[in-house]
Amino acid sequence: MKEIDCFGLSCPIPVVNTKKALKDNPKELAVLVDNVAAKENVSRFGKAMGYNVEVLEIDGGWKIQLKK
Amino acid sequence: MSKEKRNLIIAGVLIGAISVALVAFGNPKNMGFCIACFIRDMAGAAKMHSAGVVQYVRPEIIGLVLGAFIISKATGEFKSRGGSSPMLRFLIGAFVMIGALIFLGCPFRMILRLAGGDLNALVALAGFICGIAVACFFLARGFSLGKYYFQNNIEGTSLSAVNALLLVLLIFVPSVFAFSEKGPGSMHAAIIISLAAGLIVGVLAQRTRLCMVGGIRDIILVRDYTLIVGFVAIFVAALAGNLITGNFKLGFEGQPVAHTAHVWNFLGMFVVGLGSAMLGGCPLRQLILAGEGNSDSALSVAGMFVGAAVAHNFKLVGNATENGPNTYGKVALVLIIVILLCIASVRTFAKKK
Repeated sequence: MKEIDCFGLSCPIPVVNTKKALKDNPKELAVLVDNVAAKENVSRFGKAMGYNVEVLEIDGGWKIQLKK
Repeated sequence: MSKEKRNLIIAGVLIGAISVALVAFGNPKNMGFCIACFIRDMAGAAKMHSAGVVQYVRPEIIGLVLGAFIISKATGEFKSRGGSSPMLRFLIGAFVMIGALIFLGCPFRMILRLAGGDLNALVALAGFICGIAVACFFLARGFSLGKYYFQNNIEGTSLSAVNALLLVLLIFVPSVFAFSEKGPGSMHAAIIISLAAGLIVGVLAQRTRLCMVGGIRDIILVRDYTLIVGFVAIFVAALAGNLITGNFKLGFEGQPVAHTAHVWNFLGMFVVGLGSAMLGGCPLRQLILAGEGNSDSALSVAGMFVGAAVAHNFKLVGNATENGPNTYGKVALVLIIVILLCIASVRTFAKKK
């Protein structure tokens, strides 16, 4: 699964980066974030784009998995 | 409806109602809350500027920061972090403050002014949206002020500690401050009421991520209508409250702490929209993030504090009695727009190392 690293980035940058990564309509994508606002915003954006969203806790933050 | 939207509606309605109540308890009209005006009053109380009519230590500000601090500590969301272009954030914070003081209100007060029937705020809203749209142009093309880093807790606690100290001084040795005897600075609710209002709104805003800039930004950037719900809920609740308390007056002329210089109301809030979106949130959100341990936001708050002093010492503010800013204020505002666009361009298009 392709991963984008959004550690250290404040909103809205993680959402902007996620939007760019979803441009070609991939089947799946993982987004790494380390603040709660980014976790919520990326999850919400993923759902709005029609993905199933799963949030896993990882060291120092979360891995948000988007799957179609 | 999503849980997030529902919570934003509840929080927005409560915040709108609290804002109207603060006016009934003594705050200036349409100024239950105004982050820009209140930080400006505090800069005056600390004798950073000598505009005699706007000097008071606003417990609402102290409550907002401490409310966010306490709730984020309780939920484990408090994280000390910073180091994302601190000096730029300080500067942009100062610019946002100058823009807000030319309009005479932050985005929060803009909503409250709208809810009081002040149509000048509608002109300002147009400028605000345009400013955010310009910021979105850069954001969509890769604008960022850079990564933050996790820091020692003492860094993220600093601004909250300063606010706690201010509260202690306000209660026990108020004589160290300057206080207005007339004008908006002399109008305020009792300390305990203002503080409680700040704490409640601080907690609500932290939990819901309420942001006046974020709502419009998310619509433009990703067609997300979640955050805007809070903005609208505050407006509706404050409008209802103003109608009930008889503080609603529709029109441009004779509005409380306002002027009718349309171009400068528009451009003042254009700067606030553009600058705040570059910072990642409106002045209220900066206070909340600072309480959560974000020292980048604490620096933009410090920038707002200094920007308020600059705006008054160099007479850049929008003057309610002289109907808008003077030449200094106008020139400064145009320069600020140019500088903000330069910063945004460099941070978007300069080759990344």
